[in-house]
Amino acid sequence: MLGKLDWSAIPFDQPIPLVAGAVVLVAILAVLIWVVVRGHLPYLWHEWITSVDHKRIGVMYILLASVMLLRGGSDAIMMRIQQAVAYQSQGYLPPEHYNQIFSAHGTIMIFFVAMPFVIGLMNLVVPLQLGVRDVAFPTLNSVGFWLTATGALLVNISLVVGEFARTGWLAFPPLSGLSYSPGVGVDYYAWSLQISGVGTLVAGINLVTTVLKLRTRGMNYLRMPMFCWTTLASNLLIVSAFPILTATLAMLLLDRYLGFHFFTNEAGGNVMMFMNLIWAWGHPEVYILVLPAFGIFSEVVSTFSGKALFGYRSMVLATMAICVVSFMVWLHHFFTMGAGPDVNAIFGIASMIIAIPTGVKIYNWLFTMYGGRIRFATPMLWSVGFMVTFIIGGLTGVLVAVPPADFMLHNSMFLVAHFHNVIIGGVLFGAFAGFEYWFPKAFGFRLDERWGKAAFWFTFTGFWITFMPLYIAGMLGMTRRLQHYDVAAWRPWMIVAAFGMAVLSIGVICQIMQLVVSIRNREALRDRTGDPWDGRSLEWATSSPPPVFNFAFHPDVRGEDAYWDMKARAQQQSFEHDVPEYQDIEMPRNSPTGFVCAFFASIMGFALIWHIWWMVILGGIGAFATFVVFAWRDHDEYVIPAEEVARIDRVNLEERRSLVSMAGAV
Amino acid sequence: MAMTATVGHAHADPHHIGVVIEHPGPASKRIVTAYGFWVFLLSDIVMFSCFFAAYAVLSGQTADGPKGSEIFEQRNVAIETVCLLLSSFTCGMASIAADVRNRFWFYLGMAVTCVLGVIFLVIEFREFADLVARGYGPSRSAFLTSFFSLVGCHGLHVSAGVLWLLTMMAQVFAKGFRADVLRRMMCFALFWHALDIIWVGVFSVVYLLGGAP
Repeated sequence: MLGKLDWSAIPFDQPIPLVAGAVVLVAILAVLIWVVVRGHLPYLWHEWITSVDHKRIGVMYILLASVMLLRGGSDAIMMRIQQAVAYQSQGYLPPEHYNQIFSAHGTIMIFFVAMPFVIGLMNLVVPLQLGVRDVAFPTLNSVGFWLTATGALLVNISLVVGEFARTGWLAFPPLSGLSYSPGVGVDYYAWSLQISGVGTLVAGINLVTTVLKLRTRGMNYLRMPMFCWTTLASNLLIVSAFPILTATLAMLLLDRYLGFHFFTNEAGGNVMMFMNLIWAWGHPEVYILVLPAFGIFSEVVSTFSGKALFGYRSMVLATMAICVVSFMVWLHHFFTMGAGPDVNAIFGIASMIIAIPTGVKIYNWLFTMYGGRIRFATPMLWSVGFMVTFIIGGLTGVLVAVPPADFMLHNSMFLVAHFHNVIIGGVLFGAFAGFEYWFPKAFGFRLDERWGKAAFWFTFTGFWITFMPLYIAGMLGMTRRLQHYDVAAWRPWMIVAAFGMAVLSIGVICQIMQLVVSIRNREALRDRTGDPWDGRSLEWATSSPPPVFNFAFHPDVRGEDAYWDMKARAQQQSFEHDVPEYQDIEMPRNSPTGFVCAFFASIMGFALIWHIWWMVILGGIGAFATFVVFAWRDHDEYVIPAEEVARIDRVNLEERRSLVSMAGAV
Repeated sequence: MAMTATVGHAHADPHHIGVVIEHPGPASKRIVTAYGFWVFLLSDIVMFSCFFAAYAVLSGQTADGPKGSEIFEQRNVAIETVCLLLSSFTCGMASIAADVRNRFWFYLGMAVTCVLGVIFLVIEFREFADLVARGYGPSRSAFLTSFFSLVGCHGLHVSAGVLWLLTMMAQVFAKGFRADVLRRMMCFALFWHALDIIWVGVFSVVYLLGGAP
């Protein structure tokens, strides 16, 4: 009846996951009770859960990423403490638990923190920057988000029901095969990634189509803000790389469920094929994450230097070059696995070549700052911190791209330090910069600068104290994923790293405090004009938060930095002589399709993990029925009458006029 | 916001070639939908390419089991291929019928497409069942693993296509040729034709190359 599921799935003998699970459960219940008792449920349902508004979906993506960042961060803290104490002892985490923790940490941080964070920012900002009212496929967008949330849910369920994979975040066979991992851990891993992978693919298709087909009048390709370009590149990578992940995990699952022989040791299976396939997805994945971050830095650096981005066209070229070359370097993840010197040399050179467009970007940002009037607001701090940090990560990357050096450093703590250096220093700093930069746009008030700056400095120093020692430990020969060790020389560096983790955690607490303080002081921090940073691109041309239709009129774009142009022209001519004629606007209706679909996907995923076949069929039928019901509805749009559009738009127009005339007077 | 003012388009012609191409604004729904679906199809083809790659890698790994030439029956495959190619034609007829709002020809075209698709699936299913009965199931060898997965993945797509086809017929029956129904019909036609293209790949790589002794 319930497949493999019974009471032995609950780890009653392990207090850590049980207590953690209980705390989370209580927290969720408390929030739910609060929502229901205070009567917020209808609001949540109508305005958020069923929303197909790209801004709302973007915010929900970022919320999901933030919550999962805390989960993945807790895993990180546990690992740092374990390695600080587990010198010549077992530490406090048993091996099978420790292995689950590092696997969950990697999986969560990449798939459920970094991915939703950048996809959320792209969702929130890109249609605004393009000057349009929505993304290409609003309801699919909602489906994509909720499927991502389903994946995150399944990973978290594994904490208390059953176990998570003990295989590392990419589940290499034969370890992840049925003979070496007979439990449900790998199944949790694979099914949650399959489901959230569908969500990511949907988001990718949606954003590619949005950028290529939905741009306002005059928004030629070479007038798009840099963030739109990097979004395009990143999502092109999503649609071409994520199907590889889907296929690879499908093969692994077929091996595990139906006795196939893709990656087994027996009957002619080929383990190296898994390595090639998973990294043919895995390396582009790195650029899927970091390219949007590059776009964010471009926007931030240009805005806070008060200058147009230096070398815009070279930046576009560099972005697309990275997009293409990122597909030609995957083998550098396994130089040591016997491809031979010629193949290794070619992939080593290709990997080093990627440093060239990346270097172009760094110089472009530096030259954008050169001669500018730089304002060191929090987003700018994250950007400058990124440049300093990312350079080191990039250089160590070039180092491990040299095959002979890689033979020394492969799977060492040096590698761990390297990829944290680029992912934290690049993606996470970028996500935080974007968060600080666009928060006023999303919510209509700025974030508190004092707490923001404190968060930056603690995170920044904490990062350096945590990860520089790992480089050294790697040089001293420490391999990754060690549950305990006997080498005295490593110990001091592990203790320093644990101390750094504490500093990093203070940064996280500051970030939370910043949110709390800002929400409390939101009236004082209110952004009335919609342009709190003296911005340059179109998202600042509408109010904060933008109305559901984003723009009363599709803006007419005449060059790069569209909004900067508009402001400049508006100071010369006055606004007075152009009296806009408002028209009715059609917007897509909200739909619970995404939520319902994800509900059935969750049931199906859980049932597949535990081999509860009747429930799998039920979930499948439910998901199909949801689509049919969606396809059957007769009214998928509603009309906002012109008077309503006018009323909403005039308020913001007044504020903006007074701002421009004030600036003109100065 | 001075959005309607007319100012010289200074940056529209960066290379001074005298041709000013201004982006006209957001594309129509029909174009957006078709474009997005094309992007999906490309991603789907990437997924198939992984299974093709796996077949290429594993096709020699027979683990003392049968080789391709010993189990493939060219006659069945020829019938399957004819069915699919014909169904692409009838699907095209149904698309034209939808464009001119002719219900009779639409239903007829879709029904024939459906029948041909089902015949294809039945033949494929019988081939699979026969192999499994002879002990040559997917767990016999890595070659059979990759064969069943590649061909089966295509078969699953065809099954999903048949389900979609029936849903489309029901939609036209219930809703008529509404704009959104026509957009979905366009996507369905793209999907069905793409499956044909993939089958041409399967036919060539698996049955023709693999069928050689």
